[in-house]
Amino acid sequence: MSAHADHAAPVGGRILTVPFLILGMFALIAAYFLILRFIFGLEAAANINNGYPWGIWVTMDVVVGTAFGCGGFVMAFLVYILNKGKYHPLIRPAVMAGLFGYTLGGMAVFFDLGRYWQMYNVFLPWYMHFNSVMLEVALCVATYVVVLWIEFTPVFLEKIGFNNLKQKLEKVLFFFIGLGVLLPVMHQSSLGTMMLGAGYKLHPLWNTVLLPLLFLSSAIIMGYSIVIFESIFAAAGLKRPQETHILAPLSNILWWLLLFFLAVRIVDLLWRGVLPNLDWQGFWFLVELALFVIPLAFLSKNHQTARVLFLSGFCLLLAGTLYRINVYLIGFTAGTSGWNYFPSVPEILVTIGVFSFEIMLYLIFVKKLPVLASPQH
Amino acid sequence: MHATHCGLDSLDVSHIPEQIGGLSRRDFLKFCTGIAATLGLSSTSALQIAEAATNEQRPPVIWLHGQECTGCSESLLRANHPTLESLILDIISLDYHETLSVAAGHQVEAVKKESMEKNKGKYVLVVEGAIPMKDGGVYCKIGNKTIHDHVVEAAEGAAAIIAMGSCASWGGVQSTPPNPTGSVGVPEVLKGKTVVTIPGCPPNPYNILATVLHLLTFKRPPELDELGRPKFAYGRLIHENCERRPHFDAGRFAIEFGDAGHRAGYCLYKLGCKGPETYANCPVARFGDVGSASWPVATGHPCIGCTEKHIVFEKPIHALAKVKSLEPPTAYPRIAEERGNGISPAAAGLVGLAAGAVIGAGAMVAAKVGDQPEEKSKE
Amino acid sequence: MNRRDFLKTAIASAGTVALPTAQARDPKQMPEKAVGMLYDSTLCIGCKACVAACKSANNMPPANDAPDLKKWNNANTWDTPLDISGYTLNVIKVYKEHDNASNKDQDYAFMKRHCLHCVDPSCVSVCPVSAMRKDTTTGVVTYNPDACIGCRYCVLGCPFSVPQFQYDTPFPRIQKCQFCEHLQKQGKLPACVDVCPTGASLFGDAKQLLEEAKRRLAKKSGETYVFPRGKLGSEERPPHEAQVPQYQQHVYGEKEAGGTQVIYLSGVPFQKLGLPTNLPDYSYAVVTESIQHTLYKGMIAPLALLGGLVYFAKRNADKHDEEDKS
Repeated sequence: MSAHADHAAPVGGRILTVPFLILGMFALIAAYFLILRFIFGLEAAANINNGYPWGIWVTMDVVVGTAFGCGGFVMAFLVYILNKGKYHPLIRPAVMAGLFGYTLGGMAVFFDLGRYWQMYNVFLPWYMHFNSVMLEVALCVATYVVVLWIEFTPVFLEKIGFNNLKQKLEKVLFFFIGLGVLLPVMHQSSLGTMMLGAGYKLHPLWNTVLLPLLFLSSAIIMGYSIVIFESIFAAAGLKRPQETHILAPLSNILWWLLLFFLAVRIVDLLWRGVLPNLDWQGFWFLVELALFVIPLAFLSKNHQTARVLFLSGFCLLLAGTLYRINVYLIGFTAGTSGWNYFPSVPEILVTIGVFSFEIMLYLIFVKKLPVLASPQH
Repeated sequence: MHATHCGLDSLDVSHIPEQIGGLSRRDFLKFCTGIAATLGLSSTSALQIAEAATNEQRPPVIWLHGQECTGCSESLLRANHPTLESLILDIISLDYHETLSVAAGHQVEAVKKESMEKNKGKYVLVVEGAIPMKDGGVYCKIGNKTIHDHVVEAAEGAAAIIAMGSCASWGGVQSTPPNPTGSVGVPEVLKGKTVVTIPGCPPNPYNILATVLHLLTFKRPPELDELGRPKFAYGRLIHENCERRPHFDAGRFAIEFGDAGHRAGYCLYKLGCKGPETYANCPVARFGDVGSASWPVATGHPCIGCTEKHIVFEKPIHALAKVKSLEPPTAYPRIAEERGNGISPAAAGLVGLAAGAVIGAGAMVAAKVGDQPEEKSKE
Repeated sequence: MNRRDFLKTAIASAGTVALPTAQARDPKQMPEKAVGMLYDSTLCIGCKACVAACKSANNMPPANDAPDLKKWNNANTWDTPLDISGYTLNVIKVYKEHDNASNKDQDYAFMKRHCLHCVDPSCVSVCPVSAMRKDTTTGVVTYNPDACIGCRYCVLGCPFSVPQFQYDTPFPRIQKCQFCEHLQKQGKLPACVDVCPTGASLFGDAKQLLEEAKRRLAKKSGETYVFPRGKLGSEERPPHEAQVPQYQQHVYGEKEAGGTQVIYLSGVPFQKLGLPTNLPDYSYAVVTESIQHTLYKGMIAPLALLGGLVYFAKRNADKHDEEDKS
């Protein structure tokens, strides 16, 4: 990327730690159920049905998982487009989080797709249907995964010492950085548009034509939150100094974004005259709202401590996650009555396994590759 | 089939005459077994029936004719096991029947009067034909007396009353709107009395034979439905026992007379078959002794619903039947059927655990990280 | 929300991404020679001949859905579909007010579930790989398994929940009624219409069927009416006379979700037959496609945004290089 990246260094240390092995166990359990899924069909591992065709695999692994991966593009925007160099130490872990979020999201799509062996049809021009929101999401996500790997390639080159090649790549990287900001803007908003296709099946609390805007802005919020969360979590977990000095100004940006999101969300509800009822959906709407509002209060102070920053980031990740779960699962009702859905045990274990695998990759990458900013600097 | 195969071998049948009418003892017992089967009774009842039928004291029968075509009598005439002569000479004593009596005029009316007085409380009254009520019942008179008065008079001393055919049962073709003579069925005239109705145009002769023999044997009519019809004969829809039913279920229908489906023996529903709304035992008992397995539907003609009041003479033959066996409907999926797996305790627990682990880990880290404002940068 | 409100909102959302105008996607119109079906619930006698005929015409296996029958139906000798599924394209369901319901079209009624062949189908709009297609001549919505990737967006997006996915096989596909297109090509009637004894399922020109439905609604209950069977306007099948029942004064599918080529008449409220009655008179495809067209028309906006992003990224990168050199 640019010269500043030179300050990053591998953390080092053993890979096979106890937490790593526990995560590995979860990943293996998930692999077992995925084998069942491929031998016996989706029903063998998941409770999804014709009333609720999209379950937690789509919701958690793809829609939430890629939102967790939004750190990469929001930081790239800040650092490379708005030229805020001081955030540079945060960029590599953020891009890496994006790399994992999106790569695993793509993987999850593969095992959720019923006719996965024809997955490449989305790239065949004679099959493409350009009015489909999902085609846009599919193409964008696929391209973005490639872009993320290109953006991250300098790290590998640095590791193996191909500095010449790395410099050449960095000369053209600006194009991929531009593309890498555009693509998530496109598909994160489209993930919202996608549920407008469900029509009346989506509860009025979430059913608004502003869904694309709300999904995009909440994805950006989640992107900044994951950067703050990850930085503090890594510092605490890997016993490194906190980066509060760059996280605090980041949280100011976050506060304004949050204000924007909540304003749009609430004005939209009021304009449409929708209020939560005292029911299941109403309850989760209120929880979601609370999780968005609490950090707004937290972050309004001028001088944030690492703890407040961490809790705010954490809260917002939960809020963004719940918002997506609400739109894709809780706010969704089958079109014909009589259908039930709650994820099955194997289904949940697969999702846990996917996230475990993501954390395992994170641990390997930060220990072996120059990702985190070196503390000596 | 031999009578001995029907559980009669262990019984003493020596008191049954060797020759009854045109039948041998064996054939007669077979007939009685058949009647027992028609009635849904056990084969031992056949012997009781045989005993009742060979009783020296043959029950007298008074057979009145109202507004009718004598088709019911005609159909009975064509029953051949037993033949009519063995029925009226050996089983019952047909004391009065306008068509079959040799005597006529005042002579036969006198026989009737005498029989009714002599057998008061013992004779069986059979009425064939509807009874006109309009204008004092003048539209049907016998011996200068309306049929209404004849029926009421004969019913006084009758041990049992049978309405033979659709006309007697509910008015028949005469009662079809506009019903110019105001004709009604016997139950309408004899309100309060038990009238066994054997509707049909004509009714299956074995249904009346079975009913008569039931009366003789058990001294009471067979089990009746709310319209007075014996349940053994009218308890089920034609549709339920029809041999063409599988074609109905599979959607194979004759569409026009003589088309490929009609020739292939498909369901006649589309041709207007009233089987789905008509109660009768035709597909089981068959009809008219014209050959084995023969009844109207088997010959390729849709059922016209001749036993049912508002069908046979009111609905056009080609009009579609209301499918009664499906009311109230059962065995259909409901609009909302419970499907899909809902929440299970294990899954709920797992979600709780996962959420707890995430929040717990978050809280642990939050506790770990410093609460001091903005740590000094090392730069 | 009506279309006007929607457009207002669309313009508002477009404004937020700095675009000048909303590109509303007009609702689609029915093809000139669209074929359709009129299902008159009051004529249906529940014989399920259509269910059986559909299975054999489309080579579908028996469905063993009913949980209380599963135990003794292990060999799948009985077809017991609870609803349309990955193995059933058409099913007769019953609405019962209570267990002893016996007055047809008052406290109980039959309902035939299958694809309604929308004028502006959501499934076609949402499918990323054009597996769902609407025939430009007949308007029949068909499915192409060779294109399908199994994402089940059509299952989610169909307002009538018609496309059905197979979850119990490693090589699944979507199943939906395709109006017996293979039979229609041979000049035959769709199997369910072909066997319908009463004309409850009536095939024909979609527009003429709508007129037929309205003719029925215009009759007084109790009047006699000659109900056609098979194909409307064809003399091939003899019609039958019957009394006009007490209809709900509404043709379901005339306007719902932008109109459907399969329309319904009923004696009980349509909601009780499980048909969604809260549908707008435009397809949800109009909503999503308007948003997409607004944002992505000719890819002008994304390309402009990309240009800006790349320009700034390049400028900043150059700046850093200069700083490094100096």
